[in-house]
Amino acid sequence: MITKTVLIKDTTPGSTSGTKEFFDVFTAALRESKLADEIRLVRAADIGVYNHGIVLKILPDNITYANVQHHDIKRIIGVTLKHGNPIKDLLYQPRAYQLRLVLKNCGRIDPESIDDYIAHDGYRALSAALQAGPDTVIREITASGLRGRGGGGFPTGLKWSMTRSTPGNEKYMICNADEGDPGAYMDRSVLEGDPHAVIEGMLIAGFAIGASQGYFYIRAEYPLAIERVQKAIDQAHAYGLVGERIFGSDFSMDLEIRLGAGAFVCGEETALIASIEGKRGTPSPRPPYPSVKGLWGKPTCINNVETLANVPSIIRNGSAWFSRIGTENSKGTKVFAVTGKVRNSGLIEVPMGTTLRDIVFEIGGGTASGKRFKAVQTGGPSGGVIPEHLLDTPVDYDNLQKLGSIMGSGGMIVMDEDDCMVDIAKFYLKFCVDESCGKCAPCRIGGYQMLNLLENISRGNATLEDLERLRLIAKAMQKASLCGLGQTAANPVLSTLRYFEDEYREHILNRRCPSKKCTALLQFIIDRSRCKKCGLCARSCPEKAITGDKEHGYTIDTARCINCGMCFETCKFGAVERN
Amino acid sequence: MIIATINGIPVHVAEGTTILEAARQVQVKIPTLCHHPDLPPTAACGICIVKVQGSNKMLRACCTPIEEGMNILTHDPEIVEVRRTVLELILSNHPNDCLKCGRNQSCELQNLAAAFGIREELFPKFISGIPKDDSTNAFVIDPDKCIHCGRCIEICQELQQVWALSFLGRGFSSRFAPAAGMRLVESPCVECGQCSSHCPTGAIFELDETVKVWQKLQDPDNYCVVQIAPSVRVAIGEAFGMPPGTNMTGKLYTVLRRLGFKAVFDTSFAADVTVME
Repeated sequence: MITKTVLIKDTTPGSTSGTKEFFDVFTAALRESKLADEIRLVRAADIGVYNHGIVLKILPDNITYANVQHHDIKRIIGVTLKHGNPIKDLLYQPRAYQLRLVLKNCGRIDPESIDDYIAHDGYRALSAALQAGPDTVIREITASGLRGRGGGGFPTGLKWSMTRSTPGNEKYMICNADEGDPGAYMDRSVLEGDPHAVIEGMLIAGFAIGASQGYFYIRAEYPLAIERVQKAIDQAHAYGLVGERIFGSDFSMDLEIRLGAGAFVCGEETALIASIEGKRGTPSPRPPYPSVKGLWGKPTCINNVETLANVPSIIRNGSAWFSRIGTENSKGTKVFAVTGKVRNSGLIEVPMGTTLRDIVFEIGGGTASGKRFKAVQTGGPSGGVIPEHLLDTPVDYDNLQKLGSIMGSGGMIVMDEDDCMVDIAKFYLKFCVDESCGKCAPCRIGGYQMLNLLENISRGNATLEDLERLRLIAKAMQKASLCGLGQTAANPVLSTLRYFEDEYREHILNRRCPSKKCTALLQFIIDRSRCKKCGLCARSCPEKAITGDKEHGYTIDTARCINCGMCFETCKFGAVERN
Repeated sequence: MIIATINGIPVHVAEGTTILEAARQVQVKIPTLCHHPDLPPTAACGICIVKVQGSNKMLRACCTPIEEGMNILTHDPEIVEVRRTVLELILSNHPNDCLKCGRNQSCELQNLAAAFGIREELFPKFISGIPKDDSTNAFVIDPDKCIHCGRCIEICQELQQVWALSFLGRGFSSRFAPAAGMRLVESPCVECGQCSSHCPTGAIFELDETVKVWQKLQDPDNYCVVQIAPSVRVAIGEAFGMPPGTNMTGKLYTVLRRLGFKAVFDTSFAADVTVME
């Protein structure tokens, strides 16, 4: 009878035969110990631990051993498999822990059931807040050190107290759920997985600033999030948690959803307000800040989804509890959507101050391809790339800014050596150029001009002076754009220039793309020694640039070749080379 | 009262005064482009940026209220470089049409380029090539010459409450146009002329039919008469540099006859009749 299962995986990067070898040695050892019928060995595809040599996971004991050597097998069989005792020095010690504060209910509770949320301490913070009074609530949030999770990192408590202290008996609370960074889905997951937490955060914030109406500004591309938030509002309404005289107190607040039509710039608060008012979503100058003159000209507080989702647990557990987590100036946790060339992509939540290396290699598992890690991009189109030698930087608002990137809303894209930095800069800049509202000149024209310069560089039609032009425009955009979109749109270009200027120069001076990504700079040739003369490449070529026959082999006419790469993709023998 | 300094010069201004207004009070000129004294600032162009001591951001002077104790710097190499780059960018998106432009010599962009001493183009030209709209008898809209200052839209929507003009599209392909992209003649436009009189460039200008009039006057088969609106007798005086309000009725009649009109009708008689009724 099988009593235990041992999962085996060689997690050494690039190793292909390690698992099998170890599996065979282990099988032999089990047979020797006459345990072959009781212990099942499984070659696992993924154990969730990376770059730690041979990793074993023993079930049902749930013991994980890392960096196991062949000579450890005897000990493992004797101590753990026979007697169920762990071996201390082999135990896997994860260096980076995820800490789920914002995501704690996601996947654990039924997001469509208010009872489930209440059973998990839901709405207790609201009740406590109503008893404590707005000033205490603001004091707690200020003391907790919570900063805006939408990207700017503005202290939440300060924002609340500014809105509260502006005179006026009509104030508004807005939840900014216009998440739009490429590859980012933190806010969507929170709204879909734990909508009541955000509603509770909204109500507490509304109570603190003195609002009686709140709006969720959710992008229309998030149908499930919209459905669940609406359902949650309705349920809360039915329970008397939203609407008139909440918890029997004097505090009344209604919540409504407003849909964004997919404009990235509407995540900028003044553009968002214009959009809710039914106007064209373009930013307007600040001051006046929304806390003074916001929605319909009234004092308004706008907080991001993740910021609000943090609020109930801060009120429940106290500011001291929250401010123990994180770094000196960045408290709490941050949710990141780790995507790109990473092995283990997905949503993670880590305490502030976790190093990028831990996020990419410990939690993310390094690159999916096993190829060399090149850089990680944070902060979406407003952020920048961070190269390998800076990976030990602890993640917080100030550190990332110093490196020329930003925390942003939490997109994190991992890149390996196949990614060309000019191409990456082009991708992000293109996003901002497409999403610019077109109101102010530096962003509208500057972005477009920069994109064309980058296009020229990736085609090998640029000079070194173009790098200076890029810097000149980038500065004008940073300094003279009206809103955050334009002010930060040049960041991906500036940060790639800062860390990978060599790559730019290589494109310009030698007309060569080191990552072989910029197809216009590649030259395709057929290696005669490897060519099997099958003719597949010639048939796939859309320009008929490959000539020859099955007898004499094939050649590429470089004058007619359009560098599309079809032949490279189709050749089964690796005979087409690109240089 | 707020006390601050601009380039080291102390200013005393009322609360709510913008940096631009405060600078004018102490004879410091901050260049502007989209700003117009009749209109609330749209803050679109980014030419009027200034530095405030203690901040590494640059602020728009046109829309930022001056605050107590601010030390403002309006000119230094960095500020001028940014302004110049922004201007070069705007010029890279504007046709070099000056000689045949309706706004030649009365163009704010032309003046600014001259003030900055622009002699060559730093960036390649990108012109959208949107066709002109000359569907009305009053104006020509030339979207390629628009610098997106937003004055016409502000005037049309907020002051005149007509809502004939708006911005359409996004980013580099955004443009001002009659709402929903219709032609001006189909739009609610009432041809009030406020947009064209506020346009800093040749993007909206009055339809010029001078040549047609000359042709008719010189055609012996035509009997040409002219009728003038009541306001023209005063407006023309201003155009020729007379003090505002100077009545030019006599001179106007004379010059029209000298041009070759056989009869001059004056709407002011009809206007008087209307008033009497």
